[in-house]
Amino acid sequence: MQELLQYFFSGITNGAIYAIIALGFSMLYNATGLINFAQGEFVMLGALGLITFWRGLELPLPVAFVATVAGVSLVGLVLERLAIRSVRKPHPIVLIIITVGASILLRGVGMLQWGKDAHSAPSFSRLSSFELAGATLLPQTLWILGSLLLIVLGLQFFYKKTLTGKAMQACAISKRAASLLGIPSERMVLLAFALSSAMGGVGGILIAPITMSSYDMGTMLGLKGFCAAMLGGLGSSWGSIVGGLLLGILEAFGVGFVSSSLRDAIAFILLLLILYVRPTGILGAKAVQRF
Amino acid sequence: MRGLENRNSHMKYALFSLSIVLTGWWVSNPYYLQLLTFIGIYTVLALGLNMLMGYAGQISLGHAAFYGIGAYTTAIATVHWNWPPWLGLLLALGLTAVIAFLIALPMLKLTGYYLGMGTLGFGMIFYILFREWTGFTGGTSGLVGIPPLSIGALTLDTGSGYFYLVWGIVVVCFVICERIVNSRVGRALRAIHDSERAAAAMGVDTSRLKVWVFVLSAVFASLAGFLYAHLVTFISPDSFDFIVSIRIVTMVVIGGMASIWGSLLGASVLTFLPDWLHVFSDYEMVVYGLILMVVMIFLPQGFTRGMLDIYERARSRYSRPSTSPQG
Repeated sequence: MQELLQYFFSGITNGAIYAIIALGFSMLYNATGLINFAQGEFVMLGALGLITFWRGLELPLPVAFVATVAGVSLVGLVLERLAIRSVRKPHPIVLIIITVGASILLRGVGMLQWGKDAHSAPSFSRLSSFELAGATLLPQTLWILGSLLLIVLGLQFFYKKTLTGKAMQACAISKRAASLLGIPSERMVLLAFALSSAMGGVGGILIAPITMSSYDMGTMLGLKGFCAAMLGGLGSSWGSIVGGLLLGILEAFGVGFVSSSLRDAIAFILLLLILYVRPTGILGAKAVQRF
Repeated sequence: MRGLENRNSHMKYALFSLSIVLTGWWVSNPYYLQLLTFIGIYTVLALGLNMLMGYAGQISLGHAAFYGIGAYTTAIATVHWNWPPWLGLLLALGLTAVIAFLIALPMLKLTGYYLGMGTLGFGMIFYILFREWTGFTGGTSGLVGIPPLSIGALTLDTGSGYFYLVWGIVVVCFVICERIVNSRVGRALRAIHDSERAAAAMGVDTSRLKVWVFVLSAVFASLAGFLYAHLVTFISPDSFDFIVSIRIVTMVVIGGMASIWGSLLGASVLTFLPDWLHVFSDYEMVVYGLILMVVMIFLPQGFTRGMLDIYERARSRYSRPSTSPQG
């Protein structure tokens, strides 16, 4: 029983991170219909950026947090402005190759900047881990879950209550109709890129204290975030959370009961299954064009 | 007309074969000979992916998996079971075809981004398999002692023997692909590339054809893996990871989508580049990333095709400058 609870805690910790990455995928997909294969690299930039700002430059944590998120969203902005908008034929295969190229480029830059070694960051708070019903709970888990909640509530507020959020949803429904109504749809796409890369950055910042961060961590996390988004239903915020937590928990139990070498395979097998069996995901209501 | 085309293509292959023989005879430095042999292996890889990406318009971000299946199957057969290498080749190609067929059936129902993510995922699964199935694959430390190939009493070590073998296979692959491309099947593939629905409406069995070309391109990759394993006689999972899949895609992108001879160019550029630039290993990913992005933004048909287009536009502008100066 204790064991089960321990797996569960470690599952929701990782799962919440996957959920945050999945929210980034979903948000961009909603606004532009695009899947950004470089999303995982924003996570890597977030984790390593935080380590540089916080540990390297010894800025206070909140300042380092803001600086990292700003930096990562700037990278997202530049990517959209220079690479995505310049595309003449927005055929999926072209956009896939461009975002895959961006992901490899960022990975290479990460390697040049931070080297091939893994880096680590201390926990955000000085609290030591405490016990809950016999299983240990890391304070970082609470930080991660709290941030996830804040992001989701913030997103809901943004979509439902602000004019910009509503405008972005209008662009998602029909770009043309939105621009006829005077919504600057190009700026909305830019904003969506900035927000979704910022979310990737936040995911990286939160994961930095509980894992070793290195230049090549992004591909794996990006794929898992995508898997979580597909599991819950791409485009749905609540779906991303359900998918992320579910993936995290399944992974933790797989590692605990079967073998730790299976850890990374679980996400991919799940991804392939979901793509074949139910591509709309668990909570994806609308039949998205996937076949 | 058809006869003329045939004669042209025969001439082309005669010239190509002649230049291979001359190169093999002229280059004596074993290092360069090995480099050229690698170009041949990569050409087979790029050619296979080009059939899938360039002609049928279906992306694969996990092609290193098939390359790895080819290499590991023949390695396991020859090292663990002491099979002769040529039997290992048959097993490798057969196994790859079966696996590719089973994967393709559900996978190719996906399109666009989902196909990209799906192939990326299965590439990762096979990389994990190569790394974790230590009893068979040797895990991260790899498999050593893969025997060299031999034909009869003639052993093909690294050197001109292997060079001729690989390039002979390249010529055969070129002929196969060119014949496919210029056939009814090739036209159907290009129709799928332009519009799958329109192709289906014209009576093309699109799903069967896509599975078929996926299997073909996987078998090409497996063949390249076989040649690689017996050339270097040592394989480890790192030769088949994600960045290798990206390298193959980059070759196709440089060479040009739907360009058979472009595969040769893409493979040559990506083999010579690290050799010329000694700092390349640090900048490898940055260079690949930039190539992929820049080529796709400005020349979405790939580098060679894009250059040809620019040349042709310039020529037609030059030949009638008075009519339309804007082009």
